[in-house]
Amino acid sequence: MNAIAPIDNARGFLRAAEAMPVPAWAEGLRAAGRAALAARGLPNRRVEAFKYTDLAPLAQMTFTRPEGGRAAPALGAPRGRARLLFVDGVLRGDLSTLPVRPLSEVAAVLGELTDPMNQPLAALNAAFAEAGMVLEVPAGEDAGLVELLSIVTDEAGPIAFHPRHVIRLGAGARLTLLESAEGPDHLAYLHNPVFEIALAEGAVLTHVRLQREGRAAFFLSSVHAAIGARATYDNFTLQAGARLARNEIHAALQGPQGACHMNGAQLLGEGQHADTTTSLHHAAPECTSRQTYKTVLRGRARGVFQGKILVSREAQRTDGYQMNQALLLSEEAEMDSKPQLEIYADDVKCSHGATIGALDPDQLFYLRARGIPQEQARAMLVEAFLAEALEGLADPLCRAVLEEALQQWWRQPA
Amino acid sequence: MSIMLQIEGLRAAVEGREILRGIDLTVPKGEVHAIMGPNGSGKSTLAYVLAGREGYEVTAGRVTFEGQDLLAMEPEQRAAAGVFLAFQYPVELPGVGNANFLRTALNAQRRARGEPELDAMQFLKEARARMKLLGMPEEMLKRGVNVGFSGGEKKRNEVLQMALLSPRLAILDETDSGLDIDALKIVADGVNALRGPEFSALVITHYQRLLNHIVPDRVHVLVGGRIIRSGGPELALELEQRGYGQVAA
Ligand SMILES: Nc1ncnc2c1ncn2[C@@H]1O[C@H](COP(=O)(O)OP(=O)(O)O)[C@@H](O)[C@H]1O
Ligand SMILES: [Mg+2]
Repeated sequence: MNAIAPIDNARGFLRAAEAMPVPAWAEGLRAAGRAALAARGLPNRRVEAFKYTDLAPLAQMTFTRPEGGRAAPALGAPRGRARLLFVDGVLRGDLSTLPVRPLSEVAAVLGELTDPMNQPLAALNAAFAEAGMVLEVPAGEDAGLVELLSIVTDEAGPIAFHPRHVIRLGAGARLTLLESAEGPDHLAYLHNPVFEIALAEGAVLTHVRLQREGRAAFFLSSVHAAIGARATYDNFTLQAGARLARNEIHAALQGPQGACHMNGAQLLGEGQHADTTTSLHHAAPECTSRQTYKTVLRGRARGVFQGKILVSREAQRTDGYQMNQALLLSEEAEMDSKPQLEIYADDVKCSHGATIGALDPDQLFYLRARGIPQEQARAMLVEAFLAEALEGLADPLCRAVLEEALQQWWRQPA
Repeated sequence: MSIMLQIEGLRAAVEGREILRGIDLTVPKGEVHAIMGPNGSGKSTLAYVLAGREGYEVTAGRVTFEGQDLLAMEPEQRAAAGVFLAFQYPVELPGVGNANFLRTALNAQRRARGEPELDAMQFLKEARARMKLLGMPEEMLKRGVNVGFSGGEKKRNEVLQMALLSPRLAILDETDSGLDIDALKIVADGVNALRGPEFSALVITHYQRLLNHIVPDRVHVLVGGRIIRSGGPELALELEQRGYGQVAA
């Protein structure tokens, strides 16, 4: 990442961070976060990586620390073997079916995969880190499906919470994580989760994320994944909520024949801004990567996709693919897209593409001429546009959840 | 004799340029009319105007379909009322499965008419039977609509849609172009199967050969956005022998 010009706008966050008690295990992490915030501040658009997404407005917000504890929102039946629940920014062991393990148990590896000085989201998270999910699956075990839910209720107030989640899969271990984040539309809260994911040889992690935060909320999220030999990281992210969302994925293929699939959809309406920024490092030979991102924009929505693929010299026989497409359903919508390929190996198959367009009037007319009403015809074409991004998602449960989320988005007013 | 379609003094423009320049045409119920004419004479424009495509501006005249003001209806309402257009250039819909498309269309029309919808099983049974008659492999149901179809397959898919939707008025826009004689017969069989007192068709074609298989009641010659001559089936033969220029003279 390019050098970040010093910006002095994180004083509010720094004061809040300094006012928090610091448990011994978090000292290093918090200090690194605070140091980065003090030195670099919150990035504005002069910072290359934030050219299309300005985080400086966050400095004007006054967030409170989650008090949490009381609300017990109605929940559907658990979908998997276990569930971990955040309510109003606080991890609720009493409502979770997965034993809550303190971050202190993984203190030795915390922050291992992040670089706060160059990653503002991770820096902000580090400065406030106090809770998170710790999931370790021993070698050879299949942990099935685990749900991670975050629900912000009306009672929360303008909270900021920065969960740090640690997922470590032993050799050949498997896990499907279905994550969902939601909140009320009128609350200006901030949710800034960081994932540190380490996959040992042959491990398989399927990570399905549904971001449906309230329409006044800020959602910052960064996933940091280290993918071992023959391991697979499969990420699908739906971004449909928040006023301002930035979803970063930093993945590194560190052993031969690993695979990384990053797919996603951004479904945005009036006044929403969502950014997906991926950074993928092919550091070992014979790895495969696939990225398909689709953005659908209505009203005055703004979508951003930035995708960087770095292929190191030793990563021979890399097979990489990145596709990023946007569908603009209104004249006022705007999409910015920046693919970036840096290839230092010579025996590499790596391609990328990007398209931005409106619904095809010929296609729309063809459907209507067959008797399909206009709105239904539009919905069919939007679904068809998104289909490719969903293709790789094998888990039927995750698929059903996503398809439902999609329908719901389509039904709500722009 | 009751009338299926009545076109009176129809003028239409595309991008400000007048293409249809006063068309009068009456299609009684139960009749098949052919429209022939050189390239660029406005045949497809007429078909699109009847189906309700955007961008085709009607500047004068009226069109009545079974007594209703056709031009006041949305495209989907026209379809539900029984108007079907077989496109000259069928549109590809990547990501929309053919079976899903066909069933959605059929059920949308049934819903609009207050008829019960077909479930997946009932639909498949119907579709399979029709496809067999059209010589279409069943796997074409699984593919994206018209995606990767050959020219002939696309035309057959149009005829399949027509067979499933069983319209009251079918408009076939050069459904015969690019087809070999076997495919041509299949298209003709598809139309002939629908023929009856409550069905009419406008068959737009360039060539007389389709009309050997779908024998029309009337033939109209469209040149420069006007019908310059009308006659019986023998007019098609005359056109074939003498060309449009001679017939117009
Ligand atoms: N969408 C369009 N935009 C501009 N011109 C058009 C369009 N459609 C048709 N035209 C013009 O209208 C005239 C008639 O075209 P068309 O109806 O397609 O003729 P035909 O089907 O008889 O070959 C042609 O001159 C054609 O160039
Ligand atoms: Mg034509």
